[in-house]
Amino acid sequence: MIALLLRDLKLAFRAGGGFGLGLAFFLIVTVLVPFSVGPQSSLLSTIAPGVLWLGALLACLLSLDRLLALDWEDGSLDLLATAPLPLEAVVSIKALAHWITTGLPLVLAAPFLGVLLNLPVPGFFWLVISLLVGTPAMSVIGTFGAALTVGLKRGGLLLSLLVLPLYVPTLIFGAEVARRGATGMETQTPLLMLAGITAATIALLPFASAAVLRINLR
Amino acid sequence: MTLTVTDLAITRGGIPVLEGLNFSLQPGQALILRGPNGIGKTTLLRTLAGLQPALSGTIDGAEDQIAYASHSDGLKPTLTVVENLTFWASVFGTDDIQPALDAFALNELSDRHAGNLSAGQKRRLGLARMLVTGRPIWMLDEPTVSLDKSAVQMFADTVRAHLRQGGSALIATHIDLGLDGAVLDVGPNKAKPKSIDDFDGGFL
Repeated sequence: MIALLLRDLKLAFRAGGGFGLGLAFFLIVTVLVPFSVGPQSSLLSTIAPGVLWLGALLACLLSLDRLLALDWEDGSLDLLATAPLPLEAVVSIKALAHWITTGLPLVLAAPFLGVLLNLPVPGFFWLVISLLVGTPAMSVIGTFGAALTVGLKRGGLLLSLLVLPLYVPTLIFGAEVARRGATGMETQTPLLMLAGITAATIALLPFASAAVLRINLR
Repeated sequence: MTLTVTDLAITRGGIPVLEGLNFSLQPGQALILRGPNGIGKTTLLRTLAGLQPALSGTIDGAEDQIAYASHSDGLKPTLTVVENLTFWASVFGTDDIQPALDAFALNELSDRHAGNLSAGQKRRLGLARMLVTGRPIWMLDEPTVSLDKSAVQMFADTVRAHLRQGGSALIATHIDLGLDGAVLDVGPNKAKPKSIDDFDGGFL
């Protein structure tokens, strides 16, 4: 299992692996917002938590279509399916590798981008916490979407359409934690909801992903 | 470990392709799978490897015993030869990749990225992967595509060594590898489409 994780990380960090793509996308989306809504700092600080969460979510989406498609094209998935590793473990490791290469950098970059949107000072802590708790769910749900569309031509677009609605609960509660934190309100309830969603997806979705992958491999 | 196939029927895309397959593969034995294009050789190998369900019949002794090599080798172009092999070795729980490098003369290429290898060299690396799995039953689908004469010889020698160590191999190929194995011609097992007359006859 560790070998698979290390290989996926190695592949992501090497040339053409796509590491940093999501991060660059996040940066550009955040920079574009003041251009589109205007430079009023009060308006920007109001919408900052929501914009940063939406930006992180879209950045997460960007690298999903390569998550399983590359392994499908070169036959690795077939070989992994015949290996002693259960497919549930394979998809979990894939999701973890996706989170380390996409989700975690977004979490770490978010406070710096918060400065660009005049995020209120108390909001920085809660933005990082909410993204830290919410992004694993996005990777796990995304892996499920990737498993559903693996082997389809131009599956990337379909993948986005399938996955975006599934991201809604995470987005609602994640952005709510950041918004409440930024305005000094109590954050416990949405944070617990967010953590619950993440825990449930991590516990259940690998089984669903492995099941659809088995069907798609036939 | 003996692989026994009894009255196996297989499908591709929901259409039955082969039926009534009966054979067994003993340790130390090689079986050459023959048949025209499209008859279902790849489907048979995939079914035996557990990648797709059989329509009917039983497969005994295949569980966690089969190393499968398909048309695509599962190689990552940005990893080196050694990294590719080490990865598959650790997935299958073996450590030593040196015998595999030796068997397919990959030592000189060990630091080369797989993306920079020629088609034949990639194929050799893909076959070297079979050795690092440590599994006794090899299922090889057209293993000699893009191999030159000496590489084919290298491959045949490796299979012979594998058989001597008590392994077995089922090889779908169109060329003569010089292995003294039995031939399994699946041509006669082609699934017959159920005609409407049969259905009517049964109904009446």
